[in-house]
Amino acid sequence: MSKKKHVVYPYIPNSVPRVKKQMLEEVGAQSIEDFFEDIPEKLRIKRSMNLPEPFLSEYSLRRHIEGILSKNKTCLEYLSFLGAGCWQHYVPAVCDEVNGRGEFLTAYAGEPYDDHGRFQALFESASMMGELLNMDVVNVPTYDWFQAAATSIRMASRITSRCEVLISKTINADKLSKIRDYCKPGIELKLIGYDPATGQMDLDSLKAAMSSKIAAVYFENPSYLGFIEAHGHEISRIAHDHGAECIVGVDPISLGVLSPPSEYGADIVCGDLQPLGMHMQFGGGHAGFIASRDEEKYVMQYPSRLFGIVPTSVDGEYGFGDVAYDRTSFAVREEGVEFVGTAAALWGITAGVYLALMGPQGMWEIGEGIMQRSHYAMSQISKIEGVNCPVFQSIHFKEFIVDFSGTGKTVEGINKDLLAKGIYGGKDLTEEFPELGSCALYCVTDIHTKDDIDKLAQALRKVVG
Amino acid sequence: MKDITEARYTNGKPNLRRFHQARWDEPIIFELSNQGERGILIPEVDDQTKSEFEDVLSTIPEGMQRREPPKLPELSQPQVLRHYLRLSQETLGTDLNIDIGQGTCTMKYSPKINDQLASMPQMAEIHPLQDIETVQGILEVMYRFEQILKEISGMDQFTFQPAAGSQAIYTNASIIRAYHKARGEEDQRDEIVTTVFSHPSNAACAKTAGFKIITLFPDEDGYPDFEALKAAVSERTAGLMITNPEDTGIFNPRIEEFVQLIHEYGGLCSYDQANANGILGITRAKEAGFDLCHFNLHKTFSTPHGCGGPGAGAIGVTNELAKFLPVPIVEFDGSMYCLNYDRPLSIGKVRAFSGVAPVILKAYAWVMSLGADGLREVAEIAVLNNNYLLTKMLEIRGVSAPYAKGKRRIEQVRYSWEELSKDTGVRSEEIGLRAADFGVHYWTSHHPFVVPEPCTLEPTESYSKAELDEYIAILSNVSNEAYTDPDLVRTAPHNSTVHSIDHTPLDDPSQWAMTWRAYRRKVHGEVD
Repeated sequence: MSKKKHVVYPYIPNSVPRVKKQMLEEVGAQSIEDFFEDIPEKLRIKRSMNLPEPFLSEYSLRRHIEGILSKNKTCLEYLSFLGAGCWQHYVPAVCDEVNGRGEFLTAYAGEPYDDHGRFQALFESASMMGELLNMDVVNVPTYDWFQAAATSIRMASRITSRCEVLISKTINADKLSKIRDYCKPGIELKLIGYDPATGQMDLDSLKAAMSSKIAAVYFENPSYLGFIEAHGHEISRIAHDHGAECIVGVDPISLGVLSPPSEYGADIVCGDLQPLGMHMQFGGGHAGFIASRDEEKYVMQYPSRLFGIVPTSVDGEYGFGDVAYDRTSFAVREEGVEFVGTAAALWGITAGVYLALMGPQGMWEIGEGIMQRSHYAMSQISKIEGVNCPVFQSIHFKEFIVDFSGTGKTVEGINKDLLAKGIYGGKDLTEEFPELGSCALYCVTDIHTKDDIDKLAQALRKVVG
Repeated sequence: MKDITEARYTNGKPNLRRFHQARWDEPIIFELSNQGERGILIPEVDDQTKSEFEDVLSTIPEGMQRREPPKLPELSQPQVLRHYLRLSQETLGTDLNIDIGQGTCTMKYSPKINDQLASMPQMAEIHPLQDIETVQGILEVMYRFEQILKEISGMDQFTFQPAAGSQAIYTNASIIRAYHKARGEEDQRDEIVTTVFSHPSNAACAKTAGFKIITLFPDEDGYPDFEALKAAVSERTAGLMITNPEDTGIFNPRIEEFVQLIHEYGGLCSYDQANANGILGITRAKEAGFDLCHFNLHKTFSTPHGCGGPGAGAIGVTNELAKFLPVPIVEFDGSMYCLNYDRPLSIGKVRAFSGVAPVILKAYAWVMSLGADGLREVAEIAVLNNNYLLTKMLEIRGVSAPYAKGKRRIEQVRYSWEELSKDTGVRSEEIGLRAADFGVHYWTSHHPFVVPEPCTLEPTESYSKAELDEYIAILSNVSNEAYTDPDLVRTAPHNSTVHSIDHTPLDDPSQWAMTWRAYRRKVHGEVD
């Protein structure tokens, strides 16, 4: 045996040799090897794993991790105008305080008794999202908007018993890739083009593509490319005229000032909770929501858990539980609706905290402020020679496209130059939307000041000049 | 002074806790609303921008401007904080309890240092689309962690993109589909074989990916039935998706034969290692011949469960299947880490960006705090704890450990209270609710209940012998109560936040209410 010093691991109480020995005796085992008797010799690893030397002290571990992470340059050090599905909004301190609480952070699958608080917090989050969306049913969050959109489409397909879905061509290519993979068994996706001047969905193409085979029309508002899709009513009417569902993906932080999709005919609404109190975390802060009217035909098609409020045996006491649990894969395996499992509940709770802090006034102010800032940014950038901004003649919320084609420079080159000036330029759309030329998707939010925007405009002027 | 301590022990053993969970009788947050209160103020727009774009909202296209403000609650900041801290106190996280009752889920200690590291701005405040030079740190973490998981599993390449275990299983099913498609056998190979003691998501995710499901039941000894597998396989077999050890804690010693048989018929084998806690450094996916495997970083690799996420699913595959992994893949050219999207056979995206990065960081930090010896110690102590618990459990009246009689188990055991239930009428679920009165969580098991009146205990490596003894003392006490005063158990919980819940509205569309607005509409007749 090795003569290495025995380590008592702080995370492993029974790594104390005396305790180990005592426990082995109590179970009548010679050694821990006895417990692995069912694992054939052939399958055993007969050597120590070849892994890096550990940092046994907490301090040395911290130094190691901090050393690696210091190679990241944050959006606090750099001025960032990146969005495209992950957005830098201010995260109120109380959001971090609540989701850092060990009780929430380390809970999992408790009963509605020992985890009453978890159930109530998630019920309240769904309820506040319900107010924002004007819808009566909101799920316990799924992984992200990608999954929420893909599941919404499969829900619509099951509801209508139809297998073709129309999607706005302005969708994010990665999200479309996810939807394609998830809908592969049996759902055919068709893209509906957009007006090159406005970005708006081409309603003539939509009408031409509609048929009694179409399960749903999916579009986003604000669109992935930042503009407000103005014809929500017409799109939903066209879908409904053909017996199809209207699915709208929405950025919830816009809903203090923009109309909830239910008001222009959406049947299923989905989106991401990340803007509501989650740090970007390199894409780690996502949580997908799905909402609908409170009708059995919708409710029974959700794969997610849905928490409902109920009475208890004590008067005036709120209790909670799983609504229609028997539709889930937890209850009936492959006979359930899609599948359910661990997803993003903590971010669901956090979004509730965010909405409770913001209230109606906060959501209105943040929406108005974002629009004012982004409009200021567009006006400043549009003054730069050779730069076209915004590309689409539509009203934008927080994101917009900047076209550098007139400068003769590539977005990649411009972004490298901006980086040298401490700025993260917008997402390069050159490959994703080649028809647009040298374009980038810029994002302006509540965290940007006039000085930040002026700094960007000034830097761009130098870079393209 | 009076001896206080004496009354806390009986025959030298500590008495059961006189626990009562926090009971704040907390209103629904909407009931706390007071018009005009503010929880946070929004950064003001500068005067120039404000005046220049004063009417920006009026430019919103007709019908697209919100007509009425959302009916969100209005609360000041301390009210919001107090409300949520009360709800947190009414939640029994792993940090608080001897959380060994949620078997299969590996409820181990999530080190606080790792949460702190993941909260650093260098993790929290980075955007996934930043220039690659500015995210070298997180890419290095992913790359290093991939090398570690390759050694732990023996697989050749990993992705961390799936957001949790079920999404990883779905992704594996999608890779299996892509593999057969590339061989022109997509239509022919439409069956996935799994076992009833593998996680339900193996069946559900594969079905969602378009496969028909064949579920094997255990033989008399609790092992997956090899004869049943032989009967199930054919040229229609796309693959096997299986857990080992299964939810019973029994390791299938013939696993290699299972894999070989599937391979003989042209299928792939996917190893659900969501919970690999008992076999770290003991046995690997590679040696048994698997083509794919996945780990739940929020289980075996210690990251906190977050009330049900965020988690992360890490998928490992053989070289032959690497081309199908989701994009992007993290690569290292000796000086720079980068993200490679140029993979034409990839199944595409399964989740946004590159997965749940802070969870990957926490899992990496956990492994780096333990090393090879520490990981082996994790497995050994988890298994020791489990077999200790098994020995003690079998001393309790009315409980048994079906299958594999007299044999040891790996990291967990699926017990049965069938005898107690026959004797007293008390069900497993009721035992759990009574256990909650003593401050611990308890879960029955995944459905269907192949083992009658089941519960699955998994003590992991994180609990001391004294804590295991306490859990045993609680269940022993509940068993005694079931035999002597069954009504006390049946009416539990008595010391919890809330009392017996009326489940009837939950399955009644005319009554169920998933939001406060639906509740007000259905119960109070309010109309918006």
